[in-house]
Amino acid sequence: MTFHPKMPYDTGLHTSGRRVPEQGEPFAFTPENQARLDEIATRYPPERRRSALLPALYLVQRQQGYISGHAMQYVADAIGVTPAEVEDVVSYYAMFYSQPVGKYVLQVCRTLSCALNGAERVTEALSAKLGIKPGETDSTGMFTLMEVECLGACDRAPVVMVNDDWHECLKPGDAAKLVDDLRAKGPDAVTGCHLCIEKRA
Amino acid sequence: MAFEPVLTSFVREPNSFTLDVALGHGAYEGLRQALTMAPAQVIETVKASGLRGRGGAGFPAGMKWGFVPKDSAKPKYVCCNADESEPGTFKDHVLMERNPHLVLEGCAIACYAIGAKVSYIYIRGEFHHVADVLEGAIADAKARGYLGHNIFGSGLDCDIFVHRGAGAYEAGEESALLESLEGKRAQPRLRPPFPAVVGLYGCPTVINNVETLANVPAIITRGPEWFAALGPDKNGGPKLYCISGHVARPGVYEATMRTTVRQLIDDYAGGIRNGRALKAVIPGGSSTPVMLPDAIDCEASYDGIAKAGSMLGSAAMIVMDDSTCMVWAAANLIHFYRHESCGKCTPCREGADWMLKILLKIERGDGEMRDLDLLQSVANNITGKTLCPFGDAEVAPVLSTLQHFRHEYEAHIRQGRCPLPADWRCSP
Repeated sequence: MTFHPKMPYDTGLHTSGRRVPEQGEPFAFTPENQARLDEIATRYPPERRRSALLPALYLVQRQQGYISGHAMQYVADAIGVTPAEVEDVVSYYAMFYSQPVGKYVLQVCRTLSCALNGAERVTEALSAKLGIKPGETDSTGMFTLMEVECLGACDRAPVVMVNDDWHECLKPGDAAKLVDDLRAKGPDAVTGCHLCIEKRA
Repeated sequence: MAFEPVLTSFVREPNSFTLDVALGHGAYEGLRQALTMAPAQVIETVKASGLRGRGGAGFPAGMKWGFVPKDSAKPKYVCCNADESEPGTFKDHVLMERNPHLVLEGCAIACYAIGAKVSYIYIRGEFHHVADVLEGAIADAKARGYLGHNIFGSGLDCDIFVHRGAGAYEAGEESALLESLEGKRAQPRLRPPFPAVVGLYGCPTVINNVETLANVPAIITRGPEWFAALGPDKNGGPKLYCISGHVARPGVYEATMRTTVRQLIDDYAGGIRNGRALKAVIPGGSSTPVMLPDAIDCEASYDGIAKAGSMLGSAAMIVMDDSTCMVWAAANLIHFYRHESCGKCTPCREGADWMLKILLKIERGDGEMRDLDLLQSVANNITGKTLCPFGDAEVAPVLSTLQHFRHEYEAHIRQGRCPLPADWRCSP
């Protein structure tokens, strides 16, 4: 069996495509985040401090919006691993950003249950409204558009995650309105999870 | 005999996640009773119930607990697998968000049974608000003495911690979960040794799905015979089904495994919406082969669906109506697997990339007949050649659609376009 040479390979050769992280400003945890990391580290055996790496990276991302090269160096020192090991982890997990992102990161679920309910057209509508392609940030630095894989809210398809919150049942026709609402009302524009009935009441 | 929900009986009540409401429904009674038994007796009880792992593999939970060496000098751990990333699955979300104390109680009983003092709940990063609910529940339970030091004066110490993942499907595979929990990339380990012997930090570890652990308290309070009798032979207990896609009422439904797939789709989820006809069902998450409408009168149990040629998996039913192009659906799922392959094993990493290229080529109308053989050949070179079941999972959508819908693939190739461009899709 051979791969036939005439096949038009639209995505090019499969390469690893390492993106060098943005170095950013010098980084240090705020005293609150340092205290939080110290508390989290107590959940694991003392000789297994590396387990606190993912929580530490979440703290970085909350503090500066993404995880810069300087921050990776800082976290490596704080945890006791090498910067390469930190970059290894940051580059693996989809929820860690090594490049700056917009104030609102719109993550459209593209996997089957959402796609059967029009997720492709939600992305298309958001893309047209913001004038950017998935993976890009708009010129105002307000919005980043991403396509992500299954978010685990398939009964409320199509689902869009806006930073840490869910926006459920977003019809393609309402996608542009979500952008306007986010501009006007901020994070209150998202519906949140339907199971948080107390919050909705 | 009408079936009374066991796991989700009060999840729609306001404040169902609080300790007070949960206590009103008998929370921590299973733990209290388990602590009066010997640990070995708890394991025997769970074994006798026949509880099978709800994460996908269906492996008996009691046996898993029994594999943990009793004389090990190392600390032992219980990990609750709350990574819930299989496309179409959203059942553990309901349990953790609306009935978190049931999950915590299950973790604590597992800790007592195998002799662990610490349990980690590995929750997927996207469940941010759910992690907050769990952490609140742990703090409440600890403050009132249901968790923590010397529970019910029995001498049992049990701490439970929530550990957030960061967006990796592979972290739901048990050895990759342990790697992620240790602060590394979520990539599977070579087995043996199995995690029950060499698991987290090299110590004996039990890893169970959220729903599996949530079933344990009722097994203790109501007895293994009651549990086993709820369903068909070897498929006992209540089961949560996630139904999504082209149905009128998508959602999580609790039923026994005597229910048929057709009943779940038609009676529970309200049937196919907009008066359309059923075309295919993926019965257990995207990693399971598709079923055709004439096969869905089987029991939605591990053995029932296996007999019908597929798998119950995580009981995530993705329902597709007759407007769905199956080549597009297969390409959508392979896109998922290509993105989520951890990259450790070459057949899975490269195979997913090639399968996606070939599927997209066919879907946009540039396919040739020999591409179908190529697709089949690539898929057959992935199965059984990877460290974890991801490889087998990613070929299921391709091989099963090729088997049942080969005519659709051929129509794409002959017509040079997609014959079924549904209006809910984008024009390419």
